[in-house]
Amino acid sequence: MKLVCDHIAVDRGGEAILRDVSFSVSSGEALIVSGANGAGKSTLLRALAGLLPLAEGRTSNHIRLEERPAGLGYLPLAELTHYLGHENAMKPALTVEENLNFWRDELGGDGAELDEALDLVELDGVQNLPYGHLSTGQRRRVSICRLLMSERPLWLLDEPTSGLDKASENRFAEIMQDQLEAGGIIVAATHLPLGLNSPQTLEIKPLALDSGAFD
Amino acid sequence: MIAILKRDLALSLRAGGGLLTGVLFFLAVIVVVPFSIGPDLNLLARLGPAVLWIGALLASLLELERLFQADREDGSLDQMMLMATPLPVLVFAKAVAHWLITGLPLVLAAPLFGLFLNMSSTAILATSATLLVGTPAITFIGAVGAAITVTLPRGGLLIAILALPLTIPVLVFGVSAAYGAVEDPAPFLPPFLILTTISLFFSVIGPFAAAFALKMRSG
Repeated sequence: MKLVCDHIAVDRGGEAILRDVSFSVSSGEALIVSGANGAGKSTLLRALAGLLPLAEGRTSNHIRLEERPAGLGYLPLAELTHYLGHENAMKPALTVEENLNFWRDELGGDGAELDEALDLVELDGVQNLPYGHLSTGQRRRVSICRLLMSERPLWLLDEPTSGLDKASENRFAEIMQDQLEAGGIIVAATHLPLGLNSPQTLEIKPLALDSGAFD
Repeated sequence: MIAILKRDLALSLRAGGGLLTGVLFFLAVIVVVPFSIGPDLNLLARLGPAVLWIGALLASLLELERLFQADREDGSLDQMMLMATPLPVLVFAKAVAHWLITGLPLVLAAPLFGLFLNMSSTAILATSATLLVGTPAITFIGAVGAAITVTLPRGGLLIAILALPLTIPVLVFGVSAAYGAVEDPAPFLPPFLILTTISLFFSVIGPFAAAFALKMRSG
């Protein structure tokens, strides 16, 4: 399995953010996207997830999953992708369990069970608490549980460790390593080292220096 | 789809507060009308169905802003794009939940507010029936406006401006059906059935248009 990104260009608000970005990541490999604030790391990840339209051409022509294993069939890339963005996509008024079960049902099951996933991020015993009662770091860890509970091969992570303490960062590095060993692909945008073994790197240089760009 | 419906209902019931805003706004509109018209009870009764419809229309538009905004702010909308469920189906489920939370209370409050306007029981019944089948159309039309303005910080007023022209047929047939029930030569059933058709039509078109707008957003 191989994620191929073929000369993509993305605009935001009529301004060119990314031009001619190409890479390919194979099964079991990670790609770390680096670059200054506003260079377009988040934009690249959102475009890969299909959340932003490309400036030229169709997303499905430029971003492809090649050499698919037989089990994946012709599923669209969006249904094989986990996106961990800046926001955690959880409702403060619902409990941790309700939030996570909802996403497990909607994003597809056959990942870890709820207890198992919470155990992996060292958060057992919070399932009946409202999500709104948790701290920033705990919220991030609940969000990471979403990745564990629905099995999807491609992980797109935008600053995944923001808000995590040192112990949780190490824990998350192990989780990512497991995902890679299981044949997954990780594309992560970050400033900090994630503790992965020999990832590929891609540095994005800002295009528009004259006026305000987006991160 | 059922899961999204249930989740949205649970969220609004637990958050409380917002549930009654629309009904209170509806009440406010109904209460100021007698003051502006004056002490002519017959005139008030004649205008009743139209006033109820305008009040319900404005109250429905007022609430539409939150339809997608909360999900966009907390990142849920991004995850929804990655679901196997097609986006139009999801928008349909969210719109139905939104109507149950904001539209249905307006329909249920209408008979009571009709008494404030000196309406006859036939007129009250007919107007409530037209509101029941007509207000879903407003929600589905408004969903498109809500999807277009989802990235704007204060899109509420813009939704009203975008959706209002499209809701005019709903208003026309809703009010004429209500008058048809009380004024003899005018028919009730034809405008009522056309109103139902409009609701069904927009329940199909609306989710597709809103889903397209959500896909095209760049924020």
